Amino acid sequence: MSKTAYPFRQLQETPSQTAGPYLHIGMAPAAAGLPERSQQLDNVIAGAAVEGERIRIEGYVIDGAGHKVKDAAVEVWQADAKGRFPTAPLGESAFRGWGRAVCDFETGIYWFETVKPGPVPGRAGPDGKPAVSAPHLSLWVVARGINIGLSTRLYFDDEAGANAQDPVLKLVEHVGRRDTLVAKLEKRAGESVYRFDIVLQGEGETVFFDV
Amino acid sequence: MAGIDEFYQRDRDVHPAAYAPGYKTSVTRSPRFALISLAQSLSEATGPLFGEDAIAPLDNDLIRNYGGGGDAIGERIIVHGRVLDENARPVPNALIEVWQANAGGRYRHVRDNYLAPLDPNFGGCGRCLSDANGYYFFRTIRPGPYPWRNRINDWRPAHIHLSIFGDAFCQRLITQLYFEGDPLIRTCPIVNAIADKDAVERLVARLDQSAGVPLDCLAYRFDIVLRGRRQTLFENKLQGA
Repeated sequence: MSKTAYPFRQLQETPSQTAGPYLHIGMAPAAAGLPERSQQLDNVIAGAAVEGERIRIEGYVIDGAGHKVKDAAVEVWQADAKGRFPTAPLGESAFRGWGRAVCDFETGIYWFETVKPGPVPGRAGPDGKPAVSAPHLSLWVVARGINIGLSTRLYFDDEAGANAQDPVLKLVEHVGRRDTLVAKLEKRAGESVYRFDIVLQGEGETVFFDV
Repeated sequence: MAGIDEFYQRDRDVHPAAYAPGYKTSVTRSPRFALISLAQSLSEATGPLFGEDAIAPLDNDLIRNYGGGGDAIGERIIVHGRVLDENARPVPNALIEVWQANAGGRYRHVRDNYLAPLDPNFGGCGRCLSDANGYYFFRTIRPGPYPWRNRINDWRPAHIHLSIFGDAFCQRLITQLYFEGDPLIRTCPIVNAIADKDAVERLVARLDQSAGVPLDCLAYRFDIVLRGRRQTLFENKLQGA
């Protein structure tokens, strides 16, 4: 058991439990039918004043039977257009770097408004030289039936060159699965929309990470 | 970005398995492939930070923060404790969001149609921020158990959902707090998705009679542990420079 595996850790992490079907009450009160709070934590990651290429990300969470999961929440953490993560508390600058979306109860769609992140410094390799990560967002998915939040990454299909060099994508030994992490660009009335479906299980199952 | 260290490997043995067939919804919502482990980069070891102004004055008082100003009905309790990391260091400014059913087990949610009534003075939504010592507290009413469609007569033990942010996105955690002595804990398939019984015990808040307010409310103590950072003794490749 874990106590023998990590005898020198003073404490053990609190165990996870599913967020359940009513996560909206605490995480997105307006969606549950409650009044909106003063500081709503929502799916606009970058306000209009933020520098960078404005993009929309949208998609569905899909279960092992191919059905849309309509009670999931997706959170994002990302760098800005220059590859910098925010260091100030949320709300102190227009670029938050973090966002939360809940799936629509009727359609199942989730979406974010943000700017496309720049390349981020990665870990140094054995030669001591820093690797560079391809532009990406870190995602975290919770819902009823998900006992511990699922971590994944979203890359961009118009960054094929950078993706080919990305140290994390290269970790995915089953090469055919790498595509599950790449969002597909659609131009819609001048807007750049990246479609990213998160498949929890089965055909086309998204790669999930132990981070 | 100097001074950012990576976190200990998550001990998956203290957590529930993704696939826990007793909890039926997990059957189609659990990945079949193994998770792929990452050496951490800034993407994992940094995360959103929250300041005092993220919280409104009544956000941590679920007895008063909904309705027309009257108090919610039910067993009045304070829930308090510390947010610590695996090195037993306090985690300050940790945002804790909570949600729960009312005293009768009914959620104020557009999709809950359980026959127990809503309480006009109870919303069930709160949040608070840990202080410099990692200490947090909120006030609420003790939620009731409720039935759910798993097996035909499954009932959730009384519980409060908690969503916790530490300093890094990889510390992100959602869990549920249960109450000491509740006999439904041992029958619950969601609880039993955790194989380690010691780990289950750490989700059970303890009655803390010394912290309650005489003639007003009881208190429960619930400490939260987030992942700890590894000290970098020789080199740190994380920052890539």
